Amino acid sequence: MSTAVERAQAENRTVLGFWIYLMTDCVLFASLFATFAVMRGMTNGGPSGADLFSMPYALTETMILLASSFTCGLAVIAGGQQRRALLLSMLALTFVLGASFVGMEFHEFRDLALDGNSWHRSGFLSSYFTLVATHGLHICVGLLWLLTLSVQIVKKGLAGSTARRLTLFSMFWHFLDLVWIFIFSVVYLWSGRV
Amino acid sequence: MSDLKPTVSHFQPHATLSAYITGFVSCIVITLVAYVVATSNSVSNDAAVGIVAGLAILQFVTQLIFFLHLGREFKPRWKMLVFWLMITIVLILVGGSIWIMNNLNYRMMQNPSLENKYIQSQDGL
Repeated sequence: MSTAVERAQAENRTVLGFWIYLMTDCVLFASLFATFAVMRGMTNGGPSGADLFSMPYALTETMILLASSFTCGLAVIAGGQQRRALLLSMLALTFVLGASFVGMEFHEFRDLALDGNSWHRSGFLSSYFTLVATHGLHICVGLLWLLTLSVQIVKKGLAGSTARRLTLFSMFWHFLDLVWIFIFSVVYLWSGRV
Repeated sequence: MSDLKPTVSHFQPHATLSAYITGFVSCIVITLVAYVVATSNSVSNDAAVGIVAGLAILQFVTQLIFFLHLGREFKPRWKMLVFWLMITIVLILVGGSIWIMNNLNYRMMQNPSLENKYIQSQDGL
């Protein structure tokens, strides 16, 4: 009995520690958002957000990431019920959605760069690429984590440490969707309009 | 004996299917409303920015509650405490930067057309 309580306490400490990391990551993103907000109008005679961004494209990206956040939640529930096949298929779905998101973002960056609108072009584009690509890199790290986590679940099953990693991964993944809400609203909806 | 094998649900008792579905559906609705407002021509720019910002905050809170289960922990509420600390720092950082830079722009731009020429000659900075 006391072991279970001790384990639960250790688990809570791990979750709290990871939560503190996520909150400090928020501060990193906040500084990039502040930079973007300040540099938004500094196009140096080049194109502005309204000239460059496609809102339907950004909406599709948003929906894909939201769906992957949802399937990640379903994976956590499947894990709690010890349903391994369902858990692994939900993680696979999360991976496919996350990878599609990264693919779309890469495609967008490539098109911008090929049209001569890379980060060299203006202060506005520098801050845009820094903000959005930092989020994209986080997603890539999440995808790697998802792969290693899936291998661990296949090999070790849902023992204590794997279950804990699943919990932490879901926090990380939901957190990235939280950050994306603001990228979608500030970068695409706001700068794409005004 | 079953207590010795903690499962995920043991540590995330609030991760229920209904919570995720509620969160997912509300986020889709909020996103679509924000999109429609931002792309509509009948809404003024200022109103659109205000509505989109409000909806972003609404979706932020929705996801925090339904996906990250914030506010469901037992006392002492360390997660909540760290969360509010983060919100404070973020508000100071973002609000302060925008405030200072706008103020600086205002003080330096005595003649906007000259200022624009200067800015363009300085590579956007």
